[in-house]
Amino acid sequence: MLEKALSNNRRYWSWVAVLVMIIGVGAFFYLRQLQVGLGITGMSRDVSWGFYIAQFTFLVGVAASAVMVVLPYYLHDVKVFGKLTILGELLAIASVTMCLLFVVADLGQPQRMLNMIFHPSPKSILFWDMVVLNGYLVINALLSWAAIRAERRGETPPSWVRPVVYLSILWAVSIHTVTAFIYSGLAARPFWMTAVLAPRFLASAFAAGPALLILICLILRRVSRFDAGDEALSKVSIIVTYAMGINVFFILMELFTVFYSNIPEHMEHFKYLFVGLEGHHRLVPWMWVSVVLAVLALFLLVNPKTRCNHRTLTVACLAVFFSIWIDKGLGMVVAGFVPNPMGEITEYWPTLPEMMISLGIYGIGALIVTVLYRIALSVRGELGA
Amino acid sequence: MSIDRRFFFKLAGLTALAAEVPGAGATPENSGKKGAGEAPKTTRWGIAIDLPLCHEHPDCRVCMEACNKGHNVPSIPDSRHEVKWIWKEKFSHAFPGQTGRYLSSELAEKPVMMLCNHCDAPACVGVCPTQATWKREDGVVMMDWHRCIGCRYCIAACPYGSRSFNWVDPRGYLKEQNADFPTRSTGVVEKCNLCEERLAENKPPLCVETCPYGAIHYGDLSKPDSPLRKLLDERFAIRRKPGLGTEPQVYYLV
Amino acid sequence: MLYDAGKILAGLAIFLVLVTAPIWWNVATGADAQAPELVMPQDQGGCVLPSGEMRASHMELLNDWRDLVVRDGDRIMITWDGREKRRSLTASCLGCHSDREKFCDRCHDYVGVTPYCWDCHITPIGGAS
Repeated sequence: MLEKALSNNRRYWSWVAVLVMIIGVGAFFYLRQLQVGLGITGMSRDVSWGFYIAQFTFLVGVAASAVMVVLPYYLHDVKVFGKLTILGELLAIASVTMCLLFVVADLGQPQRMLNMIFHPSPKSILFWDMVVLNGYLVINALLSWAAIRAERRGETPPSWVRPVVYLSILWAVSIHTVTAFIYSGLAARPFWMTAVLAPRFLASAFAAGPALLILICLILRRVSRFDAGDEALSKVSIIVTYAMGINVFFILMELFTVFYSNIPEHMEHFKYLFVGLEGHHRLVPWMWVSVVLAVLALFLLVNPKTRCNHRTLTVACLAVFFSIWIDKGLGMVVAGFVPNPMGEITEYWPTLPEMMISLGIYGIGALIVTVLYRIALSVRGELGA
Repeated sequence: MSIDRRFFFKLAGLTALAAEVPGAGATPENSGKKGAGEAPKTTRWGIAIDLPLCHEHPDCRVCMEACNKGHNVPSIPDSRHEVKWIWKEKFSHAFPGQTGRYLSSELAEKPVMMLCNHCDAPACVGVCPTQATWKREDGVVMMDWHRCIGCRYCIAACPYGSRSFNWVDPRGYLKEQNADFPTRSTGVVEKCNLCEERLAENKPPLCVETCPYGAIHYGDLSKPDSPLRKLLDERFAIRRKPGLGTEPQVYYLV
Repeated sequence: MLYDAGKILAGLAIFLVLVTAPIWWNVATGADAQAPELVMPQDQGGCVLPSGEMRASHMELLNDWRDLVVRDGDRIMITWDGREKRRSLTASCLGCHSDREKFCDRCHDYVGVTPYCWDCHITPIGGAS
């Protein structure tokens, strides 16, 4: 099966070469981080988690979103999703791998990470996150392997697939819930300590992930013979619409509770994000871009004409993806630390090495997606030019 | 051999304690392992800081310097990478919400000594994924710098800002090294250990011992007649963020 | 049936030569594998375990010590010949083996290991580096 990844194609190999170069640059900076310490990042005593943990959180959502095509196909017999499930599962594999890499990149002593297994600590949410993320990786690897193998032999998938699919649906919800619990259980950080955090994480994940899947399908239409079909794309775009709507609704809920209750310690974090606090406003422009993109996306998605037109749908999906990326992959983690529990403000911005290491990990994810998709599509004979 | 030997030592210690066989490992030093003191099992260490007395000497840094020297705490100029065990913070930052328009603005600016609160229900301990930090029977919230993987979950969980991460190699920022205490390596979290190494020898914590004005008290909170408890009975004391349920055990006499 | 048998076997042969290269190198240059000369303490009454055991398993012993001291606060141990000793790398081990360079480092360099003890534990004055 794996030899399918090695077949000849110039465009494919040059893309792989670009990714390998990006990964190489990331690896170079990671080696420096290992030597010098995490001091080469923009993180500090006050903002002790930054870009790495934020990317991890965002990508858990992308991984969990595979369930949005798997669930309708297996539970509601939405046949047009048949072609998409494998793409969703393979995307989940790449995303979870990136999540794990981002966590490792964030560790001060990565060579000791097995201490998490040698000294299991069920009271720590991080322990459970390790369990569910690795479990999700195994489940998706198993399911996609079985699907590709069955397709190659022209058989129906083995009977054990169905129960494992049901498990994967529950498991997908669990990975993002547990990831939200890392934050929402901390009394020290009022910004995160909200029961709506896990639902919000899931809603934003089910918008950003499927939006990415639509974009990937539209790219695959150009570079291969794979066509997800207009009906499938239109159904996924409806999922994106509802999920994005619910996501924005949850954020508004948060704003009401925080500002109507008028508790300073809860309001300060939102003020820092959207208007700045005591002259500190590094994230303000970003957050407003996120807001504008969210409004634009909802406008384009709710209107059936713009939702069904693939050009405007592309814009809408990009807007959803980047709006949520800014919200979760930049604002959410950092604002929890600003101001700190003493009310002091230290701002954060990722450094060049930090961004290069992150880019390298994204490169690894893109490489995994590229190789796995190529295998899956060539088995189907849909590779094309 | 590692597990067997450790198990053997523990077993030997237990049997010796139970049978009270003299010389079978239960030397006076050895029984001090429960945290030293007369009744090791029930000791609960606590700290009380006399704020008015401390405020009489706004420029004093004796306790901080003694602690930093005793524990090889580096002095890193970049405030983003600072490591702090005991330090000064404005009253309004130490006790946010305790200042107001008509309350003394002078007090709001006064420095308060901050250190690990050695909480009864420490938020940092539960979140640690490797049990590199834990609460001892005598109340000291300990850290095992051999085991910490540097995930910094404990820093996110601590509501007091008591924990520092080693963003860079601390050795470059030590004016002198105290060979009796280790430094830390890059990539681990550290904090005040209530001078656990001194408590084991029946000595008071360095900040308590060195304060020239006797403004920092320590003692056994589990004994109603201990000097520390008497002090808390006599004077009004407050704690930082008591509403979070962490039960901090550093008291500020006001 | 092996496809490309010739290429695979040639590849394996090259791999084997490369992996064993250090051995051939030493044979060719006549390098002598001599055990490092360690400076042992005088008149200190012997180590906490017989030296054979120490040589074989001092790393496990130190791992145990660190857990017993840090995690259990159990600081005193009884040596195999009945003496009391503090479980301490810097106070006890380096108390007798006062020159780290001529004892610890020499052997560690010889076997090519870099224990991270010294990242944190400070060598008392009198010891090297």
